[in-house]
Amino acid sequence: MIVANRKSLEEILAMLKPYKKVLLLGCNECVTVCATGGEREVGVLASELRLSRSKDGQEIEVKEHTLERQCDHEYIDQVRPFVGDYEVILSMACGAGIQYVAEKYRTKIVLPAVNTSFLGVTLEQGVWSERCQGCGSCILDQTGGICPVARCAKSLLNGPCGGSSNGKCEVDKEIDCGWQLIIDRLKELGQMDRYEEIIPVKDWTTSRDGGPRKRIREDLRL
Amino acid sequence: MRLNYPTNVKIVKVPCTGRVDNLLILHAFESGVDGVYLAGCLEGECHFLRGNLRAKKRVQYVKGLLDEVGLGGARLEMYNMSSAQGQRFAEVAREMTEKIRALGPSPVKKSRVESRG
Amino acid sequence: MKTRSNIERILESGGFVVTSECGPPRGADAEVIRKKGGLLKGVVDAVNVTDNQTSVVRMSSLSACLILKEMGFDPILQMVCRDRNRIAIQSDILGAAALGINNILCLSGDHQKFGDHSRAKNVFDMDSIQLINTVKTMRDDGKFLGGEEVKGKPVLFIGAAENPFADPFEIRAARLGKKVKAGCEFIQTQCIYNIERFVKWMEMVRDRGLHERCAILGGVTPFKSVGMARYMKNSVPGMDVPDGMIERMKGVAKEKQSEEGIKICVETIQRLREIPGVRGIHIMAIEWEEKVVEIAKTAGLLPRPQP
Repeated sequence: MIVANRKSLEEILAMLKPYKKVLLLGCNECVTVCATGGEREVGVLASELRLSRSKDGQEIEVKEHTLERQCDHEYIDQVRPFVGDYEVILSMACGAGIQYVAEKYRTKIVLPAVNTSFLGVTLEQGVWSERCQGCGSCILDQTGGICPVARCAKSLLNGPCGGSSNGKCEVDKEIDCGWQLIIDRLKELGQMDRYEEIIPVKDWTTSRDGGPRKRIREDLRL
Repeated sequence: MRLNYPTNVKIVKVPCTGRVDNLLILHAFESGVDGVYLAGCLEGECHFLRGNLRAKKRVQYVKGLLDEVGLGGARLEMYNMSSAQGQRFAEVAREMTEKIRALGPSPVKKSRVESRG
Repeated sequence: MKTRSNIERILESGGFVVTSECGPPRGADAEVIRKKGGLLKGVVDAVNVTDNQTSVVRMSSLSACLILKEMGFDPILQMVCRDRNRIAIQSDILGAAALGINNILCLSGDHQKFGDHSRAKNVFDMDSIQLINTVKTMRDDGKFLGGEEVKGKPVLFIGAAENPFADPFEIRAARLGKKVKAGCEFIQTQCIYNIERFVKWMEMVRDRGLHERCAILGGVTPFKSVGMARYMKNSVPGMDVPDGMIERMKGVAKEKQSEEGIKICVETIQRLREIPGVRGIHIMAIEWEEKVVEIAKTAGLLPRPQP
């Protein structure tokens, strides 16, 4: 899923300074799975906003509403009946959802309550870890199912570098060396001969470097 | 045991402190209470195995939120006791009351409770 | 001879190569490089100039190489993949060759978090192995990475680094193999303290016949003090300092420690000379360049063969 982190209360309060009526929109998908912007987190943030303002003798009205997703028109449309009652929309969805809400409600100020970070997986309840960078040309077949672009801090295609120590990355002892993982897996799969091959320079045009991307399926268009 | 404890302590019965989630605590503070504490089973003796451990983690987390918000995490505490420890129950009630009295009333206005979607 | 490199010349004549390095200053003062160069005159066959080492901004390697060339040295341009994309890299390769630089050392580069600009974007458009291959393709095939013709091939002797002490140990020789396959002609290793482990690595290297296709120069760095020895052991990734060496440094009085460090360094050089496949030494005396001449002399490496 897409993993995001909630912005600090301080940062959110600063963004909301001029406003008294806020529509707080959660999302039932990725941000729910990483416990950042689902219904519960919407409840907690709304409570924090009310407590904080009240303590300072100020008011705030927060409407809590969680959509199925914020990346599809039909769901965002559901708030149309009452969106006019609010000065500002504070969205807890990922960056894609926040922007889509802004595109739909062009005259409304839409603010991000989260920092969207990476594509990842749940290691255990409460821990999410990066796995994919969306480079657009997947080579997982060549590296035993482990991505060198996302899991190596230097995105080396022919790693490891000289800083790999005890299976950990030189950047942080808590981070596994992506290439150690790949080598261990290639060994388990009996594919160490793949390690001897030189992977050539990457074509980054399919990644963010090539510019904002689009995917189209003509057969599905009405 | 018919022991006395301060009248300002209102009891909310739950089957296990593990039932108490973050929102419940936050909404209590929104309604204007000055302090909240959880009384759960002794660690290792939870009737539902780990409910009191979940409560402990949540209390730590919400203390942090209360600090951020400016109310102060000291207004929230977790205590552990067995259901046979009547004395301890009364003692904790007095201790928490004194603590909150020293902190003063909560600055939150009771009137805000309207707009919860 | 493929290039005009002094290293290549000495290797072809069957000699033992001595290199060292110069770290450029954190400013625009060329005198700093000239002074450092002055300490190495007649001591080395070629001299590395580091490229924003540990991600700390310094005068560019290419410009410092030119300053040293003007003093009569044969500089080795170190180039990392952290800061430049393939366009800038190929451009700098052409520039280096145009300025008469004869050697290039291809490196991945330390992560920017170690340096003074940890908030920078990192590039890593390619890695060290792809960089080696790029230089080779430009030099021998006269082609850019995109396939277009290079009008005026850059003639550079191609080197890289390898760390026999990094993990995982079992693939370190395989990785060297990839570098050699990509076109690497000489390597300088990370500084050697654990000779036994280095000997094992050399065995693996010789098993693959890599020592015949690529000249291996063993890296050495003298300890200034027991504090430095401990720091290297505990805080530098990919460094293997045996406990025995720390004990040896500890066992000597404080004023005598730097002398002991030099002794250990010279002993290491002498042991390395006896290992088949080791074709030279790379002396890295960081911020202690004045000791390089003493180390080289005591190890019997002087005078250096002049062209």
